[in-house]
Amino acid sequence: MANKDPSQRIADFETVTTAVEDPERTVLSMEGVSKDYGRELAVEDLSLSVKDGELLTLLGPSGCGKTTTLRMIAGLEEPSSGTITIAGETVTADGDGPFRKPEERDVGIVFQDYALFPHLSVHENIAFGLEEMDDVDADERVAELLELVDLEAHEEKMPSQLSGGQQQRVALARSLAPEPDVLLLDEPFSNLDVRLRVEMREEVRRILKRAGVTAISVTHDQEEALSISDRVAIMNNGNVAQIGDPAEVFENPESRFVASFLGQARFL
Amino acid sequence: MGTSDRLDRIREQASVGERDAREPTVLAAVVLAISLLLLSPIVWVLIHAGEMQTGRLVELVVSETTRSVTVNTMILISAVTASSVAIGVPLAILTVQTDLPFKRFWTVTGALPLVVPSYIGAFAFVSAFGPRGQLANLLAPLGIQQLPTIYGLHGTVLVLTLFTYPYVFLTTRASLISFDGTAVEAARTLNHTRWQAFKRVTFPQIAPGITAGALLVALYTLSDFGTPAIMRYDVFTRMIFVEEQARNLDAAAVLSLLLLVLAMVILLFESRINAGRDGAYVSSGDRNAGRIRLGYWKLPALGFCATIATLCLALPVGILTLWLVRSAEAAPAGFSFTLSHVANSVGLAAAAAGLCVVVALPIAYLSARGGTKLSLLPERVSYVGYAVPGVVIGLSLIYLALRFVPFLYQSVIVLVFAYVVRFLPQAVGTTESSILQVDPSYIEAARSLGFGPIRSFRLVVLPLVAPGIAAGAALVFLTTMKELPATLMLRPTGFETIVTYIWLVRGAAYQGQAAIPALILVGVSGLSMLVILRQEGR
Repeated sequence: MANKDPSQRIADFETVTTAVEDPERTVLSMEGVSKDYGRELAVEDLSLSVKDGELLTLLGPSGCGKTTTLRMIAGLEEPSSGTITIAGETVTADGDGPFRKPEERDVGIVFQDYALFPHLSVHENIAFGLEEMDDVDADERVAELLELVDLEAHEEKMPSQLSGGQQQRVALARSLAPEPDVLLLDEPFSNLDVRLRVEMREEVRRILKRAGVTAISVTHDQEEALSISDRVAIMNNGNVAQIGDPAEVFENPESRFVASFLGQARFL
Repeated sequence: MGTSDRLDRIREQASVGERDAREPTVLAAVVLAISLLLLSPIVWVLIHAGEMQTGRLVELVVSETTRSVTVNTMILISAVTASSVAIGVPLAILTVQTDLPFKRFWTVTGALPLVVPSYIGAFAFVSAFGPRGQLANLLAPLGIQQLPTIYGLHGTVLVLTLFTYPYVFLTTRASLISFDGTAVEAARTLNHTRWQAFKRVTFPQIAPGITAGALLVALYTLSDFGTPAIMRYDVFTRMIFVEEQARNLDAAAVLSLLLLVLAMVILLFESRINAGRDGAYVSSGDRNAGRIRLGYWKLPALGFCATIATLCLALPVGILTLWLVRSAEAAPAGFSFTLSHVANSVGLAAAAAGLCVVVALPIAYLSARGGTKLSLLPERVSYVGYAVPGVVIGLSLIYLALRFVPFLYQSVIVLVFAYVVRFLPQAVGTTESSILQVDPSYIEAARSLGFGPIRSFRLVVLPLVAPGIAAGAALVFLTTMKELPATLMLRPTGFETIVTYIWLVRGAAYQGQAAIPALILVGVSGLSMLVILRQEGR
């Protein structure tokens, strides 16, 4: 799949029905967001916006601030300055602006090591964020998601009984269950072996598109960024070096950093 | 999983290697005889209760004393366990999951109260808060004439909680450390507040750890003699001692039986919990994730840690130092602390440690290498010492000696035997784990080189297991030094040790004299903690 040309891939994706309401609506915007830990500046004056149903990948070397960006969107870190708006609501802003806690934002996150709750079954994990629904509706929603991630047969298993790929699909289903405005994926494929990684990329892209969710993924793997994203943002030193369509960014790097960072991939 | 796998493998290898069926049989016979001896205190309680007239037995079981002692004990256990959880769990969370300043320091002070024998803690608290105590004297000029009495249930609960909560603290800490913090972050992004995430994600995963610690506290509270005795609260241990002193043998035996039953119930729960923990969740995730920022709770949190440390450590040590300063006033004859007390304690402890090693070695060897279910039995039997409180062992051995070996009654031999029954598990545990670390094929190699089985063992296995054996001996030595109830009940008349000396001056006005012996015992407990930590670190 990774070897197919971009137009072929886009054609593949378009055969998937999505639930996106308005592809022109901006779901997430970050303006002038910075985060420092004491003297160390992790993210500096970062601005970007993501449209409804779009899959944006933050790509960059380790330590470039991509995971911190993700955690600030989720509300797990508080920015030192800047404004983040999710689905029209300002969740964090300069000065005395509001700071919405993670539980007050409609943001889902798939962690690098999945963070499945080991004491709960697959069903209970997926239903975890559905407390406000009544039981019948919640069960229905869980069934929908199990079907979406193709794990109907594993509903009653415990996370420890699942393979790595299955665990990831449970994590995906769990975070999609409460219908988040934005889904965040932190190095989603780094815990999988190479063969499974390629397979799961396709699978995750299919699931995200079918769910119609706006998603931001973080990775240091160029191939992964190229194969799953609608847009790629190359990050360096806490800021976006270049953002755009994957093929375009790869073919026309705008700066020396982007060129050399992507260039390395060709030699690998 | 890993350990039991290795165990099975080693056992398999061992049984394959056992072509010579004779020595295990001899070994097994010796070990079996030892086990029977170890069981004798329990057997005596059962036989004595069995020999009683049914009417008398029922009368005693349903008597007012039994009823109130049972109720008192239950209340005490519930209160101490609940308060230990109330102190131990928050302290564990603060030191593992938050940004509390000086976390390492508070971790150490949180665990350290374990080195203060609880009866010394009780003694210090009585001295501080009791009538005409240090604190009362301090407050007298301020016009405060009377402090609420420290004696009774609340004093007992206070002291036992302060010196046993570290069990809960340590087990909870262990489970929090292996807990993956990103699970909490996951819960929070799934619209759970910090508190809801704790309830639904953290708590279910650390609950087995908390329960394990709580059961240790319950078992300790049930079998502790010194604290309720000093605090004058009638629980099983104190009443058994009182009835024995009054020569009410039947009542003492019935109370012992009930006490044993309670201990068994607690142990049964504990083994369930431990079995359930086998498949414990081991996570590799980032522990720092989901760390709680205390914010303006930082000061109250520090205050909480400091209060606990003051009550558990600063107060007893302060009182002991105060005594030390005042001990200049000479005590009357018969009340002075002499070198003979220390010599007696050391002699007893050395004898107990030596005997425990000799007894533990065959039991541990058979259990590690025997292969059959039957060979595990003596090891299980040796664990009665954990379940049987010192008072019960003391009581049984008095009457067993009187009945079967009257010439040994009130002899040091019976006392040392009591220590062996009580503390053998420590020696067996360390010895067995070090034997399991020795590859069985070493012996086969030695034998193929022409050495006999016993010589092979001595030349190859013994040098390798010696550190484990030494650790076991050290543990037995140190715990024997501070053992209270059996020593009180079984020592020959006029034979005084460090512990009995403290007991003697406890009620008298010569507390100052207790400073040195009490400090010695605190030092001894500290050393045994070190031995345990070193063993675990291996």
